[in-house]
Amino acid sequence: MTLSKLTIAAARDALRKGDMTATDLTEACLKEAGDAKALNAFVHDTPEQAREQAKAADARLARGDAPAMCGIPLGIKDLFCTKSVGSQAASNILSGFRPEYESTVTQNLWDAGAVMLGKLNMDEFAMGSSNETSAYGNVVNPWRRAGDDTPLTPGGSSGGSSAAVAADLCLAATGTDTGGSIRQPAAFTGIVGLKPTYGRCSRWGVVAFASSLDQAGPMTKTVRDAAIMLEAMAGYDPKDSTSAEIPVPDFEAMLTGDIRGSKIGIPREYRMDGMPGEIETLWARGAEMLRDAGAEIVDISLPHTKYALPAYYVIAPAEASSNLARYDGVRYGHRAKLAQGDGIVQMYEKTRAEGFGPEVQRRVMIGTYVLSAGFYDAYYNRARKVRALIKKDFDDVFATGVDAILTPATPSAAFGLGEMAEADPVQMYLNDVFTVTVNLAGLPGISVPAGQDDRGLPLGLQLIGRPWEEGALLNTADVLERAAGFVSKPGKWW
Amino acid sequence: MSIDTDTARRVAHLARIAVKEEDLPDLAKELSGILSFMEQLNEVDVEGVEPMTSVTPMRLKRRADGVTDGDMQVKILSNAPDAREGFFAVPKVVE
Repeated sequence: MTLSKLTIAAARDALRKGDMTATDLTEACLKEAGDAKALNAFVHDTPEQAREQAKAADARLARGDAPAMCGIPLGIKDLFCTKSVGSQAASNILSGFRPEYESTVTQNLWDAGAVMLGKLNMDEFAMGSSNETSAYGNVVNPWRRAGDDTPLTPGGSSGGSSAAVAADLCLAATGTDTGGSIRQPAAFTGIVGLKPTYGRCSRWGVVAFASSLDQAGPMTKTVRDAAIMLEAMAGYDPKDSTSAEIPVPDFEAMLTGDIRGSKIGIPREYRMDGMPGEIETLWARGAEMLRDAGAEIVDISLPHTKYALPAYYVIAPAEASSNLARYDGVRYGHRAKLAQGDGIVQMYEKTRAEGFGPEVQRRVMIGTYVLSAGFYDAYYNRARKVRALIKKDFDDVFATGVDAILTPATPSAAFGLGEMAEADPVQMYLNDVFTVTVNLAGLPGISVPAGQDDRGLPLGLQLIGRPWEEGALLNTADVLERAAGFVSKPGKWW
Repeated sequence: MSIDTDTARRVAHLARIAVKEEDLPDLAKELSGILSFMEQLNEVDVEGVEPMTSVTPMRLKRRADGVTDGDMQVKILSNAPDAREGFFAVPKVVE
């Protein structure tokens, strides 16, 4: 077996026992990543840094001073600023940008001894659900429909991360999630994706999309790995004023496998018209599995669910239009060539027209519009009020003693690249219908691979937890993962 | 609320994104489509609801208003498309 197929937990144990070295493991991953150019998952390779970090990890392991992530090779989403390594949020406007600093989350991982293999592809500025808005080109899902070579989307925006983990190019990857960008690609590729509670992981050094929604999280092969990796990523950071000053527990120790007596809510509003039968069946089976494990299943209502998507598509673009104002061709990245007599306004306008792709331009303009004089109350303030109601829906349900909420992760399995090209932008936005509420309410959510559709593609279920209770959420997810017994892997064609 | 070509031109300018005159009608149509999707929010009774300002009910951290960082001109300019004599350089701003 290639070492790159290992889970974090298995690799950690083998490294500590001395059955292999971090260098062996890193070399195996570098080889797999090098052979997988057809997936277009890695966009900046850092083999030298990887080898150096692996060597340091081996020294640390030899000293017996090795945290769980020590020597574990990771892929890092291009949204994270990594010192001296290209970090451009998959946008041409940041082409050539090499940060002089390291994001807090990646620094935490390197401090824990993890190894960076390279940077991973994504949708431009994390705006997209199919990884088709990237300046680096599409990522291809390692999964294919049975008997069909059509290239499929790995989901988005963390599509490079999902593809790299599913194809065993690395042991795990970082992702970020603003409306579903960790959980939807995880579901499309048969892996685990966790969006922590807002404030659990520092946003410092992560290129900002929508600051009140953005949250980094792990994308892994198992729920246990998500628990291990989250512990290393999380923690209070004085450089992010919204990062929470609360202790980070030992999440792995909370995986007891015992969920007897816990109450799982099934929200009736998530039963959408036109939802494929196999998603409905999977959802019902997931509820049965949790019931068989001793949980109580209750019907719940989240009455404002229907309004989450329109509220999100006001709030996220509004924040994006403000955050992306910094890309002006002055301090970093691309600057347009100017014509004779062009002034600074032409410089801004040409630079941003050349640097931003169509979806980013669209969202920046929508955001500008909803924040403009005369529309601020009608759109932006109304959306923020609806957001308060959506959060209250969850508060009310949790107040009745519900511990977690079970929903489908996505309304379909992975679709074909290019299949949505002619569709209205709103059709693409519908991918986030089950995930976006969680960001609006700041809750933790996890996508767990739970089955396959009739063409062999993975399908995921989502569990939503109470704020700051990632430990209990991971425990429920671990029970679901084991009961579902999803072990399939994509056949290697790349 | 539908967006006409003039509004699209104004929004593009406010967003500092150059859009060709011939592309404005399509842009207006696209933005109108997205906005009509958002119109659903008008169905919700938001009477007396405070707009959400903080995701988690926490008071933002305060710190002393002191200098904690600095002296890194070279690093700050290292990614600039045009830097001269220790400054960012831009086209002439004042006539």
